[in-house]
Amino acid sequence: MVISHKPLRFILAALIACLPLMSFSNTEKDSAHVQTEEAHGAVSEGHHTEPTDVKSKIKAFIGHHVLDSHDFTLTQDDETGKYYGFPLPVIIWDNGLHIFSSSKFNHGHSVAESNGNYYAINHHDGKIYRTDATGTISEDEKTGHPTNVRPLDFSITKTVLSIMVAALLMFWLFTSLAKSYAKNGGIASGVGRIFEPLVLFIRDDVAIPNIGEKHYKKYMSYLLTIFFFVLFLNIFGLTPLGINATGNFTVTFALAILTFLITNFSANKNYWGHIFWMPGVPKPMRIILAPIELLGVFIKPFSLMIRLYANIFAGHIVLMSIIGLMFIFKSWIGSTLSFGLSFVLSILEILVAFLQAYIFTMLSALYFGSAVEEHHHEEEGHH
Amino acid sequence: MDKLINQFEFGLFFWQILIFVGLIFLLKKFAWKPILDAVNTREQGIKDALLSAENARKEMENLQADNQRILNEARAERDAMLKEAREMREKMIADSKNEAQAQGQKMIEQAKAAIESEKNAAMAELKSQVSTLSLSIAEKLLKEELSNKESQTKLVEKMLGDVKLN
Repeated sequence: MVISHKPLRFILAALIACLPLMSFSNTEKDSAHVQTEEAHGAVSEGHHTEPTDVKSKIKAFIGHHVLDSHDFTLTQDDETGKYYGFPLPVIIWDNGLHIFSSSKFNHGHSVAESNGNYYAINHHDGKIYRTDATGTISEDEKTGHPTNVRPLDFSITKTVLSIMVAALLMFWLFTSLAKSYAKNGGIASGVGRIFEPLVLFIRDDVAIPNIGEKHYKKYMSYLLTIFFFVLFLNIFGLTPLGINATGNFTVTFALAILTFLITNFSANKNYWGHIFWMPGVPKPMRIILAPIELLGVFIKPFSLMIRLYANIFAGHIVLMSIIGLMFIFKSWIGSTLSFGLSFVLSILEILVAFLQAYIFTMLSALYFGSAVEEHHHEEEGHH
Repeated sequence: MDKLINQFEFGLFFWQILIFVGLIFLLKKFAWKPILDAVNTREQGIKDALLSAENARKEMENLQADNQRILNEARAERDAMLKEAREMREKMIADSKNEAQAQGQKMIEQAKAAIESEKNAAMAELKSQVSTLSLSIAEKLLKEELSNKESQTKLVEKMLGDVKLN
């Protein structure tokens, strides 16, 4: 394919182009920041202690943003205590099904009652615990974790909702793309057409080189779905809606475990042979290598999970912290600079969104490729 | 790590797996398969079209080569014909020239023969004429000469003298 190498080259070129920009703005910014921070600190110490309050508020806000939530809050007014957003359904299994709206929690301020049981949201981890009528949550002295009973929580949380929206969007986009081929005589038309080069890229530069011409077809559905799913959720995370699905440990764990299961269930004899009885090395070495290789089987998907989670999670924290700096500085130079920095970082985050989706897909394809690789080491040894 | 494990939420995991696996199967049936099939068919079509274009080009080249060959042949044939015609013309001219020459020669011969025979005839005629004339002259002369005896004897003597000389 003619276009095959372009996206990768473009990503590399964009990355390299961004590097000097980033480092330049960073160094300049850091010195400016220190100055303004010092100046501001001096002023605040003299007059009032508000900045620490703003800081802790921002910290709490960021801390809550990166976690899942039972209601969809777009923004809130601290002074009036008014929330702008909508509640989501809470589904709990606790000796029977409890379904009620999350508005009952009143954003964690009230205790919700359902079929004689009382539930409350813990402020620290945003999870639902069974409590008494007053909503007391007792905490373990050593670990600080609540000791209350945690019911099985199948709520449609903010993350679940965003996953559903992403799934629906993907379904609509790609079915319309699929239909447009038949309508338009084999040439894509409509909005799905934007994604056709990406589909071809996944096929020609991710699946075929890593898995091989012979086996790649059976993995295509998974690779394409995971690429667009991660990509869409990454991009969703960059919108001001405050979604953080791919920066959620549970979501990346679920994705990684699917890669793990597919790799190991589709693996051939050769793959297991390479793990437990490595050909081509002395016998004592084989015994030493077996546990290492076996560990690798688990480390590979684990690294997938952590890589995506950490990249997106860290991106959100850094971006929100820099946006938060604007409210801490409250000076024209500091806020402008932190706006500029957050703008540049947002562009970098868009790159990261694509890059992480690509890397997840690429590595999954690589693992699938190793699982179905044909036996040819000994033949090579003879030559 | 402890914090990370604490973040794990079974409900979210359940929904994520359910939605994602459902999405894979739905998209496989309604999107990926038709898309990849369509793309493959299109690529095959492009490949075939390129191949047939290449074939057509080759055929065209062959045709052109054929045309050139035929043209060359025709030209050579024309040249050969022209040459032949020229040769034939020259031969004809030469032949007719020879024939004319022979004919002329023959006619000259005939004319010469005719002239000869005419001349001979004329000579014979002349001879007979002369002989008759000379006879008559001789007759007349003899009549005159032999009118006296003396001259007769003289003549006989002269004649005898001529015979002696011969």
